Amino acid sequence: MSSPAIETAGLIKTFGDNRAVDGVDLTVPPGTVYGLLGPNGAGKTTVVRMLATLLRPDGGTARVFGHDVVREADAVRSRISLTGQYASVDEDLTGAENLVLLARLLGYSQAQARERAAQLLAAFGLTEAADRQVKKYSGGMRRRIDIGASILSTPDLLFLDEPTTGLDPRSRNQVWDIVRIVVANGTTVLLTTQYLDEADQLASRIAVIDHGRVIAEGTPGELKASVGAGTVHVRLRDAAQRPAAQRVLAEVLGTTVQQDSDPVALTARAEAGGSDRGAAELASQALARLTEAGIVVDDFSLGQPSLDEVFLALTDKPAPQEAAV
Amino acid sequence: MSTTTETPETHTAYAPSRETLSAVLTRGERPHRPSALSASLTFGRRAILKIKHVPEQLFDVTAFPIIMTLMFTYLFGGALAGSTRAYLQFFLPGIMVTSVVMITMYTGVGLNTDIEKGVFDRFRTLPVWRPAALVGMIFGDVLRYLLAATTIMVVGLALGFRPGGGFPGVVGGIALLVVFSFAFSWIWTMFGLFLRSEKSVMGVSMLVLFPLTFLSNVFVDPRTMPGWLQAFVEVNPISHLVTAIRSIMAGHPDMMELAWTLIAAAALILVFGTLTMRLYNRK
Repeated sequence: MSSPAIETAGLIKTFGDNRAVDGVDLTVPPGTVYGLLGPNGAGKTTVVRMLATLLRPDGGTARVFGHDVVREADAVRSRISLTGQYASVDEDLTGAENLVLLARLLGYSQAQARERAAQLLAAFGLTEAADRQVKKYSGGMRRRIDIGASILSTPDLLFLDEPTTGLDPRSRNQVWDIVRIVVANGTTVLLTTQYLDEADQLASRIAVIDHGRVIAEGTPGELKASVGAGTVHVRLRDAAQRPAAQRVLAEVLGTTVQQDSDPVALTARAEAGGSDRGAAELASQALARLTEAGIVVDDFSLGQPSLDEVFLALTDKPAPQEAAV
Repeated sequence: MSTTTETPETHTAYAPSRETLSAVLTRGERPHRPSALSASLTFGRRAILKIKHVPEQLFDVTAFPIIMTLMFTYLFGGALAGSTRAYLQFFLPGIMVTSVVMITMYTGVGLNTDIEKGVFDRFRTLPVWRPAALVGMIFGDVLRYLLAATTIMVVGLALGFRPGGGFPGVVGGIALLVVFSFAFSWIWTMFGLFLRSEKSVMGVSMLVLFPLTFLSNVFVDPRTMPGWLQAFVEVNPISHLVTAIRSIMAGHPDMMELAWTLIAAAALILVFGTLTMRLYNRK
């Protein structure tokens, strides 16, 4: 496979006045997980729908394994599978019926389709639920049958559109494990997500999308370095001490400190890049200085930058709420 | 998360295992793509499975036709033909056509609700013959048409309908009706894709279906109608269909009317099938 799994140039899609995708250039090497990271309404799903031949681009080009998604849609379809944001199996049918049906559509004979469905149900821990309607499945089981349906005939490129949105942590970890195994087997995965830690866990490269444009692209390490290694969250006992605490934090961490809407809370980036000290060391020093200054701290934590903070760092404005269209 | 339907084991037991999952992942060759007919029949099977899981949806193809038949037979029979039994000999093929053609609108309503769901995204990314999902859906509806037509025929025979063509005539008449209804359904797939909500699909269907079925030769002989109305009834394809079915069931097939009906069916598929596929590909 010499050509990239996905290659887009100046990809554009407009809905009325809204430029949902506004000139996106992507190159996704085969055999990797590529993350599209962005808030609701950023255009991630629209990009995926164009690449999966469900929507026609209004401008630019998109190729999947060298095939144009408009002119050679059929060739593209024979290499891809899509697990959409909403259930992409028939909820009125049972798990087994869904898989047999899709296996038949992929060209398996009736006997092969039954066998294939049984194998996948077993591999995804759904044998017991095989004869139950999918609408009676739990959220995690639904995701599993969805992904199972997508790999009935293992695709070269798998689109996962927000695969863990709305799942509990256990189910989310299951999905992550499944994705890792599928990729280890040679499939390329294009993953969209609102969670930086998800992209960080799975993707070898990430494109951050906002208002239909790629605003940053790189490995998770590069991206995090641009944002700061971590974020310090502080909760004070007394709101009156917040200005003082803000000054102390700004001085120790050397970054701007954000006042949260909660009157006792502060958030600051811990930039590890500029100094030879790690983010944890900086944070512990900040805590010590707050105590020295007589400021009562109820809660102090150092966490991964959230998507909000990535946005803040990249655009100097908070992540937009769901875009009103 | 559903708690009522889920057994505790299924919630805690699953952990993806590298060996089992890798074993089910196929590398390289996908199987050969299915033929257009095979793909359509598979989608038809989906429609049948849906009926199996939600049998209530057959209400409209059984109860509705029975009520239509009884209502109009007893309402008009005495006044128009002297007796209900005499009217039935003229009326039954017509009411069968009216009921089944009216039921075709559910194709559009069903498609409109179905296509909004994620599963159609998956269907549309499959490398199969493009119209298969829609053709299959209509195949499923054809079964419903058959059921409705059979129901009416049984009611009619019980009430005293005695077709001269006997069993072959009845089967032939129903077959022609099903062929025409299959073609007619493509009007509704177009509206199902084109209109925004199932309510608007219903609204448009009524607007088309009421004039088309009532302004025909189903209920009365058109000779008593004003000239302009006769002109419409003459060109209405439903009239040609009804005349053809009456002649087949009577045992003297009218080849001219049969030909007109089949030409109309072909034209419907050509025009509305093409429009439907254009919309389906753009959606």
